[in-house]
Amino acid sequence: MSLLEVDAINTYYGEAHALFDVSMRVEPHEVVALLGRNGAGKTTTFKTMMGVMAPKSGTIRFNGMPIQGLPPYKIARLGLQLVPEERRIIGGLTVEENLILAGLSAPTPWKPERVYEIFPRLGERHRSRGRELSGGEQQMLTIARALVREPRLILLDEPFEGLAPLIVQDLLRICRDLAAAGRTIVIVEQNVQAALSLAQRCYILNNGHMVYEGTPAELRADPDFMRRHLGI
Amino acid sequence: MGLTVIFGALGVVNFAHGALYAVGAYAGFVTYEYTDSFVAAMAAGAIFVLIVGIVIERGLIRLYYQRPPEDQILVTFGIGIVLVEGLRAIFGGLNRNLPAPSWAASIVNLHVTLYPIYRIDVLVIVAVVLALLYVVLYRTRLGLIVRAGIEDQLMVNILGINVTRTFLTVFGLGAMAAGFAGVINAPIVTVSPDMGADVLVQSFVVIVIGGVGSFWGAVVGGLIAGEILSLAAMIDPAYSDVMLFAAMAVVLILRPQGLFGVQGRQ
Repeated sequence: MSLLEVDAINTYYGEAHALFDVSMRVEPHEVVALLGRNGAGKTTTFKTMMGVMAPKSGTIRFNGMPIQGLPPYKIARLGLQLVPEERRIIGGLTVEENLILAGLSAPTPWKPERVYEIFPRLGERHRSRGRELSGGEQQMLTIARALVREPRLILLDEPFEGLAPLIVQDLLRICRDLAAAGRTIVIVEQNVQAALSLAQRCYILNNGHMVYEGTPAELRADPDFMRRHLGI
Repeated sequence: MGLTVIFGALGVVNFAHGALYAVGAYAGFVTYEYTDSFVAAMAAGAIFVLIVGIVIERGLIRLYYQRPPEDQILVTFGIGIVLVEGLRAIFGGLNRNLPAPSWAASIVNLHVTLYPIYRIDVLVIVAVVLALLYVVLYRTRLGLIVRAGIEDQLMVNILGINVTRTFLTVFGLGAMAAGFAGVINAPIVTVSPDMGADVLVQSFVVIVIGGVGSFWGAVVGGLIAGEILSLAAMIDPAYSDVMLFAAMAVVLILRPQGLFGVQGRQ
């Protein structure tokens, strides 16, 4: 049984049809890249999985249990965790408070110290407020906030967006460590090469339709297809 | 100004707050008539309005969290009208008096001026309630969720926390604070169905000056507004409200997010 099975979901923004019969699956301990141009429906897919948006039809099974239409907090408690693109750090709370908040409803939350071992920078800044952090630090904190909950599946939405190359290298290394430790991750990223270097399998969305499923090696072998659907 | 600061700290935009304040005062008034105990009146005012607040939240407000702010303003405004007119229907439009408790009815000589002891008691009570609120907001789990929820409900929800339930708690506590404020302010002002109207306007000015959702903003905004009202009243009472709004305008021009507010709240 797959950890996550998305079967033919259709999601709308009001009248606008955003996802058309989108299906995908994620096996335990695998890293999956979800690629596509801007506006292809990647973030919408994540939002639908997390319960931020409800699909009009289709099913989403997590660990065998149907979760489509459940509110986000119930889905989070089942072990699915979205790391949103906008980061959404609580600016008025300190780094440590953000971490404690994230762990409140988790069965076995991490102690902040464990986070600081992975992200020493957050340890140095644990008393700083979220809004005082740099973009890279905020991104570390959003990922850390998900890890604290010890989720079964992490949805990473554009973790490298708008960050300096050096910080991207840093985060990429951390993502690699997480993958090597057997964490299950779905990553959405404009930086296709970075995403493909992490993933074992990948999907491509185009205008709300799933147009590709395969391995990064297969995808790289078809540069025409990549140009057509990803613009590279 | 009294407890108006609390409304700001809880960050709930609720146009029924003035009415809840009046309901609290009447609940206190009725209890005092029957028991002759001011302490019982304070407790009754707070608890009765807590219950009213929970019923309103579950029955109506809950349905409006996903709606635009205009709808929330309209629905709370409507609830306020219903409550105020309900009070008028039950008690009539005449002013009532809730006497200050006997242990606080005298006047103290501060050498510079004579001052009613009750007002000093109110100051102490307000300080204690503020301290309690501070502890709840900054030292407890609930406070952490509330502070985060004021800023970003969706993210708190994504982190596995049932924000709706937290909102009920916040709304209930906010209502309770309004009811409590109604009782302890009743001996200073007079009890009438419309007694909440001025307080409501002043509370919003306090929140705007201090910054939405900021604890210290609400405290400092409350103190500033109180000073402006009393100082302006010494010169010409007719202009005290004008001065208050002028101060609010100045703050809005120079620092639109309020003195302690943060830009870009959602």
